Amino acid sequence: MTESTDPTSTDPGTGAEPTASAPAAPRRLPVTDLALVVLVGTSGAGKSSFARRHFAATQVISSDFCRGLVSDDENDQSASADAFDVLHYIVGKRLAAGRLTVVDATNVQPGARKQLVALAREHDVLPIAIVLDVPPGVCVERNRARPERDFGPQVVQRQHRELRRSLNGLEREGFRRVHHLRGEAEVAAAEIVVERRWNDLRERTGPFDIVGDVHGCRAELETLLDKLGYRLVRDEQGRPVDAVPPAGRTAVFVGDLVDRGPDTPGVLRLVMGMVAGGHALCVPGNHENKLGRALSGRQVTVSHGLRESLDQLAAESPEFVAEVRSFIRDLVSHYVLDEGRLVVCHAGLPEKYHGRTSGRVRSHALYGDTTGETDEYGLPVRYPWAEEYRGKPLVVYGHTPVLVPSFLNNTICLDTGAVFGGSLTALRYPERELVSVPAEREWYAPVRPLVSDAPGARDGRPLDLADVIGRRAVETALHGRIAVREENAAAALEVMSRFALDPRLLAYLPPTMAPSPTSQREGYLEHPEEAFGSYLAAGVRQVVCEEKHMGSRAVLLVARDVAALERRFGVAGPGAIWTRTGRAFLDDQELTAAVLDRIRTAAESAGLFDELATGWLLLDAELLPWSLKAVELLRRQYAAVGAAAGAVLPEVLDALRLATERGMGGLAELTERQRRRAADATAFTVAYRRYCWPTEGLTGIRLAPFQLLAAEGANLAARPHDRHLEWLDRLVAADAAAHPAEPLLRTTGRLLVDTADEASTAAATAWWEKLTAAGGEGMVVKPLASVVRGAAREGRPGRLVQPGLKVRGREYLRIIYGPDYTEHLGVLRGRALGHKQSLALREYALGMEALDRLANGEPLWRVHEPVFAVLALESEPVDPRL
Amino acid sequence: MFISITTTGTDAQPATDLGYMLHKHPEKVQQFSTAYGEATVFYPEVGNQRCTAALLLEVDPIGLVRRSRGRAPTSRAGSTGAAALAQYVNDRTYAASSLLAVALRTVFRSAMKGVCVQRPGLAEQPRPLTVLLPAVAAQGEPSRADEPSLVERLFAPLGWQVEAVPIPLDESFPEWGTSRYLRLELTGTLRLADALQHLYVLLPVLDGAKHYWVAPDEVDKLLAAGAGWLAEHPERALIVRRYLQRRWSLANEALRRLELVRLAEAEEREPEELDDAMPPQGDATDETGTGADTDADTGTAAHADGADTAGDAGDATAGERPLPLAGQRRAAILDLLRADGAARVLDLGCGQGELIGELLKVRQFTEILGVDVSAGALAVAARRLRLHRLPERQAARVRLLQGALTYTNARLRGYDAAVLCEVIEHLDEDRLPALEYAVFGAAHPATVLVTMPNAEYNVLWESLPAGRLRHGDHRFEWDRAAFRAWAERVAAQYGYRVSFQPVGPDDPEVGPPSQLAAFRQAELTAATQPGTTHTTHPAAQPGTTHTTHPADSPSRAAEGSDR
Repeated sequence: MTESTDPTSTDPGTGAEPTASAPAAPRRLPVTDLALVVLVGTSGAGKSSFARRHFAATQVISSDFCRGLVSDDENDQSASADAFDVLHYIVGKRLAAGRLTVVDATNVQPGARKQLVALAREHDVLPIAIVLDVPPGVCVERNRARPERDFGPQVVQRQHRELRRSLNGLEREGFRRVHHLRGEAEVAAAEIVVERRWNDLRERTGPFDIVGDVHGCRAELETLLDKLGYRLVRDEQGRPVDAVPPAGRTAVFVGDLVDRGPDTPGVLRLVMGMVAGGHALCVPGNHENKLGRALSGRQVTVSHGLRESLDQLAAESPEFVAEVRSFIRDLVSHYVLDEGRLVVCHAGLPEKYHGRTSGRVRSHALYGDTTGETDEYGLPVRYPWAEEYRGKPLVVYGHTPVLVPSFLNNTICLDTGAVFGGSLTALRYPERELVSVPAEREWYAPVRPLVSDAPGARDGRPLDLADVIGRRAVETALHGRIAVREENAAAALEVMSRFALDPRLLAYLPPTMAPSPTSQREGYLEHPEEAFGSYLAAGVRQVVCEEKHMGSRAVLLVARDVAALERRFGVAGPGAIWTRTGRAFLDDQELTAAVLDRIRTAAESAGLFDELATGWLLLDAELLPWSLKAVELLRRQYAAVGAAAGAVLPEVLDALRLATERGMGGLAELTERQRRRAADATAFTVAYRRYCWPTEGLTGIRLAPFQLLAAEGANLAARPHDRHLEWLDRLVAADAAAHPAEPLLRTTGRLLVDTADEASTAAATAWWEKLTAAGGEGMVVKPLASVVRGAAREGRPGRLVQPGLKVRGREYLRIIYGPDYTEHLGVLRGRALGHKQSLALREYALGMEALDRLANGEPLWRVHEPVFAVLALESEPVDPRL
Repeated sequence: MFISITTTGTDAQPATDLGYMLHKHPEKVQQFSTAYGEATVFYPEVGNQRCTAALLLEVDPIGLVRRSRGRAPTSRAGSTGAAALAQYVNDRTYAASSLLAVALRTVFRSAMKGVCVQRPGLAEQPRPLTVLLPAVAAQGEPSRADEPSLVERLFAPLGWQVEAVPIPLDESFPEWGTSRYLRLELTGTLRLADALQHLYVLLPVLDGAKHYWVAPDEVDKLLAAGAGWLAEHPERALIVRRYLQRRWSLANEALRRLELVRLAEAEEREPEELDDAMPPQGDATDETGTGADTDADTGTAAHADGADTAGDAGDATAGERPLPLAGQRRAAILDLLRADGAARVLDLGCGQGELIGELLKVRQFTEILGVDVSAGALAVAARRLRLHRLPERQAARVRLLQGALTYTNARLRGYDAAVLCEVIEHLDEDRLPALEYAVFGAAHPATVLVTMPNAEYNVLWESLPAGRLRHGDHRFEWDRAAFRAWAERVAAQYGYRVSFQPVGPDDPEVGPPSQLAAFRQAELTAATQPGTTHTTHPAAQPGTTHTTHPADSPSRAAEGSDR
């Protein structure tokens, strides 16, 4: 089946002798805009001038030219083998790139043409033959005028005989169009008409509403269209025959309108009306294909689903059935839309097939890439093409029922099993919003149960290296595609595989957070006013200021019981505590268990497990003291600096004092500077000491949870922060009630702020000053609503707003920027924040994506992908002090 | 940073001669710009009996960071070394280090050359000198109290009396112990020029990290400053190596990946903790070009000997050479692979390519794929194996690939044999099932050879403290029974038969130092059963024939997704 066959232009072998140059009417030769045009003609037939006249110079590859390339002599016949290698190579590259290509060679021998047809097929483009059937005498005469063609007339004679013999078989050889030009006059009068491929609707830029597999669920389709804002048009019997879209929009159906469901004719009537009215586009599904064959009287196995359609159509008028037949016949396998940014087809399509025209492409578009195997339900096993898809266009398809549609490598499957009692889903494009309506009932029993899954990994599978390594792009709901560079993935692989916990437990890694814009205020590098100002500028008024605890970041997975964890994560145990790079936080497993047990007990008595209907909780927290984890760093770096300063500066001051006392002048300024340095060094030591204290077992350890990330089936991180704090307050209170002497859990101090209200921000600034004066690290300012976007523009969602900005205290920053940093504020204010801010957004979106996928019950590799990407991004070059 | 030099004298030979000798007037405060900041020279004490000159170097920490920008931190010295230059929290502004050496040379250039224009005789005279460094960075102090300290070894042979007091890290946290800084007081009667040259050379040696890019003329500088004393110094080898160490590390620097360093930073750890596959700094393997064997066991002994990884492995282990166990292990592996007729071989966890080097010598092995998770190790392997210089046909036999064995990898399928030589013990024990599936299930080579240390043998390892593992990164070590139980379970699960053999001297009580398990696909073993010892059949299923095939085990989806 080809979509562009034009039988009228196929006229091989009429047997008529080419007439001598009688004036000919212009012949219009249709050529598809992506095709391999093979010129066929004897030497001297005028192929090169024909090609020159009708095609761009770069579109034409001639064998003579290639001979010249490899041998410096266009007529060196001994170079022909190499020349054709080069020709085929160039043609292959052009076709792979989707460019119309013309081969200018004699091509009178079937062997030569066979290779070209194979090349066209390999790249899924149409091979077209244009035969320049010019009498040998004319050719011989022309060649005589060209001294470099010193072969005798017998060569042309032989070529002409071969050409004549070929004429009948060209179609059989695989040419989808054959244009036979008889004689000089026809050649001269021919006109090439470039036709666009039928699948090419690039100029249709939408916006679109792309609808998943309907399968005869007319009622659900009506509801969905209504929800999408379409106005249904009904005939006199009240049957919907069209639906008028909201301004500018177009519906696109991914196929499988028919079979299995209660009203296939109703669905067809509506969609056919919409397509006819220009309100919708439709690509065929495998079910249309089969129904079409059945309606055309072809031999098909009438399966259960098809039986329903045929029975229902039997009640319709013959005219309607005929319309259905022609509707189905005219459906184009897939569409390339929106300047090539969107591809819609039924069963998914790798990038190399986009816009191509071949039987293979059509069958791939209709049936997907099957491995030839069948699964335990007897259904074909599909090759996970979407996992490998790296193309730019978004591919929207259906065909494989999934519980929750999700973006995977810029593809999305919209079949949510409406007919099986699931839902009918549409994707708003370019908004990337999913709209769905539940099925009214289970219309048809599924062969296999609908399971939550991503395409290609229904049963889940062990993690594969190809999931994480190399250059990758991870789809996120919040921030689009996020690229991971190869060298970052390589570093992450080392850390993940050598040091991190079992990936099954590691459902989240915390994102980095940007500091507030740099303060110009005297003596400060960071100050609350910039944080409030930047949220106000982003249109965020309600923010929450949360006390920043100075310890080490810890993510905790707390199991209600061992079995609950095993059920959900496949690993039995009390849970886990890990660091920002996924390592076990504590080497001591018993201590880990003890910490987890305390939280579990508190969560139990606070009723969190029941309230959230979960057997586990995922928490984001700070584990204190800092010295618990960072003691080596403290010893090697922080305390070392303090010790060196403490040893040297008193000696310096002493020497300066002696010299001054002895009467040396000119030391006053130097002495003053050294005094300040000594004071800074002391302040530095005081600063880090605040975050260090001894611990013994649980004694001394404090945990400050600040976010409840996830529970069964829920990404809680998307909920507002006041909700989090309320949950966590209950957790902290429960722990304090049970262990009043030494509670493990610490409350996070917080303040709600209206960024537009000066009194409110002033109060928060005072709060921050008090907090940091008492030795606190500082605070984090977050939009109260958690996930916030800027204003939408041109139908595309607004940019993500920073999920938090840290405002660190003046003294704390000594630990980061060095004891004397307050002496160098001028230079330090030149710090560049752009990369850090971008990194913070990307990591946040990846973290949220991991939580979403976890909540949706997606397979491990899908959850692991964004988690791994967070780790990889952490190895991007960004100023570590930010 | 700060240094003071005091001399004593008499009215006949006044201490104030120091001013002439240093070319610095005792009554003037003098300032000098050095490469790393402002240096000020002043005299706290001036008298005929006693005269003290002080040099205060105010290092600009911001400038320091800027200078080092774009440069990879050194591998060994960690945050106290050049890595620290990239940090604002930096001891360089306080502790005497190589920066001070440079400042001494800049400020006291003539004095260091022994030139004294006004009073030429003075420079030639040894004078009683006291040099005080209130905080000096000293790397690589011995861990045992009975050894002389490094400062002692460096300065005492030169005629200095050394008084070194370790500075505590933080008196609020006595449990943190002492810092790597010393309050150092050197006393002796020496020519001032010699004293300055000693400091110029030995401060960087003590520091262990040269702060600036070692230029080609660094050797000349060392020879000039060391003239007359370095050649006779008992520690000259150590001095030369540490003074010039960055020259050797440069090549390694190029291999170090900043991405990994950043992840270490995020984790508040030292980069070498993550990247321990990298050769230690100062390892001259590549310079000598002899392909000297730095195999795991050499490293093992160094660790076992109590020498900190950050220390000089070479110093600490001199005199005690470990068994050439690694060689025996490779020989055993080669024998087995030959006997099995393997042609296409996977070296999983190939590290720096020691085994690959051996495999390349045998023509039977036509395709060798080395896989390691450490991209750094692979780069070293490529260099050591000289892959870019091998003849085409040879080079075509080897490929190196980064990969982690806890992930399945389609590129590992279809090989005749896989070798896991001292690899599995580097994985957390609870991650082993993932490796088992990836190697035995998904890659499923005909033969799998696994070696690991025999923990029982550790008691015979004299330098290994009881209870310690042989290598810092060993997550576990098994005795023979545990190894056998594991191997038999894996064999049964994935359709292999397994046999065992010792590597190294088989002690009647504790067994061999290393143990080897040879797995062969069950369906193949019937035909080719090489004559190895201790053949064991899958214990779990006597009589039944190997029903475990990867296709039935964990996931068929994985099979389907292999590409």
